[in-house]
Amino acid sequence: MIKDYFKIPAKEIRRRKLRSWLTLIGIFIGIAAIISLITLGQGLENAIEKQFSALGKDKLFILPKGGFFGMGSSELLTEDDLDVVSGTSGVKLATGLTQGFAKFESNDLVHYGFITGVSTDPEERALVWDAQTYGMAEGRLLRKGDKFKVILGYEHSLPNLFDKRVELGDKILLHTKEFKVVGFLDKIGSPPDDQAAIIPLDAYAEVFESGDKLNFVIAQTALGEDPLLVGEDVEKELREDHRLDEGEEDFDIQTPEQFAETFGVILDIVQIVLIGIAGIALLVGGIGIMNTMYTAVLQRTKEIGIMKAIGARNEHVLYLFLVESGLYGFLGGFMGVVLGIGFAKLVEFAFVQIVGPAFLEIKIDWLLVLGTLIFSFLVGVLSGIAPARRASKLNPVDSLRYE
Amino acid sequence: MKKEIIIELKKVWKTYYMGKVSLDVLKGIDLTINKGEFVVIVGPSGSGKSTMMNQVGVLDVPTSGTINLKGTDISTLSESDLAQLRGKTIGFVFQQFNLIPTLTALENVILPTIFQNVSEKERLERAEELLRMVDLEERMNHKPNELSGGQQQRVAIARSLVNDPEIILADEPTGNLDSKSGQQVMDFLAKLHTQKHKTIILVTHDLELVRYAQKVVYLKDGEIVRIKHGHGRK
Repeated sequence: MIKDYFKIPAKEIRRRKLRSWLTLIGIFIGIAAIISLITLGQGLENAIEKQFSALGKDKLFILPKGGFFGMGSSELLTEDDLDVVSGTSGVKLATGLTQGFAKFESNDLVHYGFITGVSTDPEERALVWDAQTYGMAEGRLLRKGDKFKVILGYEHSLPNLFDKRVELGDKILLHTKEFKVVGFLDKIGSPPDDQAAIIPLDAYAEVFESGDKLNFVIAQTALGEDPLLVGEDVEKELREDHRLDEGEEDFDIQTPEQFAETFGVILDIVQIVLIGIAGIALLVGGIGIMNTMYTAVLQRTKEIGIMKAIGARNEHVLYLFLVESGLYGFLGGFMGVVLGIGFAKLVEFAFVQIVGPAFLEIKIDWLLVLGTLIFSFLVGVLSGIAPARRASKLNPVDSLRYE
Repeated sequence: MKKEIIIELKKVWKTYYMGKVSLDVLKGIDLTINKGEFVVIVGPSGSGKSTMMNQVGVLDVPTSGTINLKGTDISTLSESDLAQLRGKTIGFVFQQFNLIPTLTALENVILPTIFQNVSEKERLERAEELLRMVDLEERMNHKPNELSGGQQQRVAIARSLVNDPEIILADEPTGNLDSKSGQQVMDFLAKLHTQKHKTIILVTHDLELVRYAQKVVYLKDGEIVRIKHGHGRK
């Protein structure tokens, strides 16, 4: 019985191939957009979460207000601020970092990248490595007494930036000063990071004449302290030091969790907007189904009359048309899912090729797939309700006479 | 043999309204059809024949008057219940064959059983047997557009029989057929009457077909002008 309600509509869908395809396209574009956007969004979120959980949850980042990691901000932090942070109770260790964008020159070739100044104190240096999830590919770490020594990003160990690879012990011109290469970082997966350089803090101050300015401060909380509470204390101390009222802070304090949350919120907003647009596309697809079904009711008026004459109840006709429109939705949804996941995988592939593996991790969410299939079937059924009701209410005598 | 009334029309009026103009197509029809009878309703075009067939076939309800089908006043039934009763009691054979173009001959024959909840096995058996009866077992899986008019009409006859109805209502069944195919179709209907004791109601303008009838109903301008009793074919 149920089988018949699928068999007959399925034949109808196959009968008018062009119209069926056009109707299906209307649906699967919307579904493909939704599926690929959600899958990509989740992939991005997975990757970001992974990155931040690697940072550890006992870190605080103190940065000047209005600038991400101190970039684009006029008022930088200072050594004094670092002392205030270090002196706050609950803070185990704090270190300051400087950062700038500058020229790299080697083998008579030039590229521009980030240069970070890092303390050579072993503990502070370890904190930075930990917080930034750096690992060493080759060579050694910076140590006390190093001055014009540099650890280069991974790509310098490949022959792509300067036509040949930079070797340990080579000299490289950073901004205006020659530095000796002592190590290479592990591959991070993003070109800005893999093309960067790390030098001692005092060398940075000298080359870039940054005085006691710091771009940001990283603090580690003592064991058993709640980073959020310690963060509040640091904020209070800094505010008092800067003689500012609450709400007027010229700095920001963030924990890795907050970073992840901020990213998550931005991502959510972007996703909601995009899915909203895709939803509109789906609505249009649904209207396409409705249009197709109204046309089908007109074209099949006579057949409806025949079915009623040979004993079809109104609800039999209703079901046949509802299943048909539902099938349009389901088939469109199925194609959309395949297309959407395919597209997301393609984007992932392109991302990995261009940017590196760290930023996107596509996983097929079978619950999402199932939900989408059910949802698209329902969109089809809903779009079919009005046409199917019209079909079911047709009068057999008039329908039989219809040509 | 005791006569059992199977369809009864009492003072049936059918009026169509087109804006302010009303048109009485049937004007107080009284007619009883007994079980097992072969009835031919004849009349020229415009006599209300088609409207009459819609009333007799309970495809439509009268404007006034009553129609009883097997003792049930059809005005007491909902549209859907009427459809179900119709599907069980009356098999239709139309001038235009009226097969569903997407379905094969076999599927077309099976279709009425779907609306009557017949089991899958049984409906297949019945449909195959009926298609054999109308000599179409070779063409079961052909679509209507792959069949000749005569073959399509035979499929339609098989379809009309699949729910084993007591009444076969044929509306100009030979109207779209050449004389040979038409003859074949009439032979089948006659056989259904004599061998299976079906009640046959034939609506036609073709006076030739009157010779099959036990009862001939002459219709003119929406009224029965004469009822003639015959002896059936021979």
